[in-house]
Amino acid sequence: MNRVDFGRRVLVLRHGRIAVRVEQRSVVVCAVLTLAIAVLAVVALMTGSYHLGPGQVVAALTGGETGLVHDIVVDWRLPRVAAALLFGAALGVSGAIFQSMLRNPLADPGIIGFTEGSYTGALIVILVVDGTYAQLVGGALAGGMATALGVYLLAYRQGVQGFRLIVVGIGASGMLASLNVWLILKAELEQAMAAAAWGAGSLNGVSWDQVVIGGACIAVLLPASGLLSRPMRQMELGDEAATSQGVRVPPVRLGLVVVGVALTATVTAASGPIVFVSLVAPQIARRLARTAGITLAPAALVGALLCLAADYIAQHVAPTPLPVGIITVILGGGYLGRLLFTEARRRL
Amino acid sequence: MTTLAPHRRGPGAVPVPGPRRRSIGLLAALVALLVLLVLSVLIGSTTIAPSVVWDALFHPSADIDQFAIRDYRLPRTVLGLVVGAALGVAGALIQALTRNPLADPGILGVHAGASFAVTVAVGLFGVRDIGGYLWFAFAGALIVTLTVLALGSTRQGRSPVVMVLAGVCVTAVLGGAREALQLTDAAAFDAMRSWNAGSIVGRPLELLWPILPFFAIALVLAFTVSGPLDAMALGDEVAVAQGVRLAPTRLLAIIALTLLAGGATAVAGPIGFVGLMVPHVARWIAGPDQRWIFAYSVLLAPILLLASDVLGRVAVHPSEIPVGVVTAFAGAPVLIALVRRKKASGL
Repeated sequence: MNRVDFGRRVLVLRHGRIAVRVEQRSVVVCAVLTLAIAVLAVVALMTGSYHLGPGQVVAALTGGETGLVHDIVVDWRLPRVAAALLFGAALGVSGAIFQSMLRNPLADPGIIGFTEGSYTGALIVILVVDGTYAQLVGGALAGGMATALGVYLLAYRQGVQGFRLIVVGIGASGMLASLNVWLILKAELEQAMAAAAWGAGSLNGVSWDQVVIGGACIAVLLPASGLLSRPMRQMELGDEAATSQGVRVPPVRLGLVVVGVALTATVTAASGPIVFVSLVAPQIARRLARTAGITLAPAALVGALLCLAADYIAQHVAPTPLPVGIITVILGGGYLGRLLFTEARRRL
Repeated sequence: MTTLAPHRRGPGAVPVPGPRRRSIGLLAALVALLVLLVLSVLIGSTTIAPSVVWDALFHPSADIDQFAIRDYRLPRTVLGLVVGAALGVAGALIQALTRNPLADPGILGVHAGASFAVTVAVGLFGVRDIGGYLWFAFAGALIVTLTVLALGSTRQGRSPVVMVLAGVCVTAVLGGAREALQLTDAAAFDAMRSWNAGSIVGRPLELLWPILPFFAIALVLAFTVSGPLDAMALGDEVAVAQGVRLAPTRLLAIIALTLLAGGATAVAGPIGFVGLMVPHVARWIAGPDQRWIFAYSVLLAPILLLASDVLGRVAVHPSEIPVGVVTAFAGAPVLIALVRRKKASGL
């Protein structure tokens, strides 16, 4: 931000020895975002081939309804909404981590190949082993980590420079994408259709099992990212500055990479690659909260809201139900184009 | 257009290979191409004796092996030759036009534009004839080229990396839209599944005929603008000072690029990275003269494409890897090596 910071209104929450200092504007933005998410979630739960009223939805969620309405809301529609929220938040945080670490708004796991690598790992599990969901998560995680490691090492030349890493990632992404196309091509048509629908990033097949397992992973990873967020902000000033402030840079960076890739891989395993949410969410969050750098909580909330909205569009607004990833890639790609047009040209 | 004397460089500026070395290199490339053409007809999932291949080409009969040669390997080889040459020259054009060593019609999204347009033609308008969807491919390629050029131009001139990112962005958006179209139609999905991977297999030779005149026009255009492009390599101001008219040169180069990349995509689907690698090799052998770069690209690109195709047949015998996958695996490391160099912008 260009504005000079003359001291922003700050809230300090104290509980014994622990004190949390938060900016007032961030708190307000987060509250508004949460409200918007709640409204949109209720709307999403209402909409479908069997239309429900808002009262019925709230009653079903609080246990006031039984029978068909309860089944529709809790068993059919809620897993999807929960998945959109959880995965969106995970993607928002993952994007925020990479953008902060590489100090570049274009450093998106989808662009630098990590998502594509996760997809390759998961595809191999689907097509070769025909594995369970847990194996799928493992495959996606292994694929994403291996890609991250490969891209990092290839981009390393007396340190890693942001743009070099991005172009190396684009190369790796192209390679893995064509490998994925080939893997799909080798499969039977039915399996390939499923894999391709999943490859576009879809919440169609999401059931409570995946929400619970994916949610458990995310529930571990999000607090971990919260712990790392403070040194992460300090590292935005440069490694030397962070070191002088007492941050141990290498372990923190490793931790950030692991958490970031793991978040992306968890989502990819459950729903396929939902790209560009991780690119857009931190940027919108930063503009809304008017923070100097990337902040995690607003990014997570914006990610959840975007993902839910995109899934709503994909399911109910599009002429035929589409994978949510197609909506995010089209909208997010448009946003990336705008970003390139304004932001990148100013900086380069 | 005003005709221009070919741009000459001062002595010692860049070590330019002499005409002898260039000519010998071109001859060697031609020989290598001929060898690969023969190999491409000879090698395949079933072993067919060279004598049968000979008979198939010159004494046709109803023998089953002869069918395999005439209907399968020969079209594939000819397609590889033509599509490869088109991709190579398209790459050389886009690198010269954008002065960007990372430029490639695939990376910059031109292929994605063409294939999205073809999907629209096949899926929405029910066009099944290449004479019909060819025009869609041209339009898609042209629109994307102009978009990426606009997005990739910064106030200080053109940034290679921003342009690559613009290409990635366009590719992603159009890829998403294309998938949306394909997922709604299972038949179209199946028909375009192998086309999406970028392949020269199973395409009848008839696909090629409507495109050849356009390729010929594009080649003529490319060689026409080679002189002005040479001058523009030194910067727009220098080129203007030498009497180059920038707008017509760019326009002709963009038209040639559109015809080549759009046409190649319409026939073979998106085959990436060929246009990235080949001009660099050509520049490495022949120096910075665009005419020679184009001439070398015409020969080297089919060599790369046919070699990748033959490799894809041999590598996982008896199955096959589509040529687009092989070229991506060969080409992505080149992109990575280019960006790891000290001067990423040096062209």
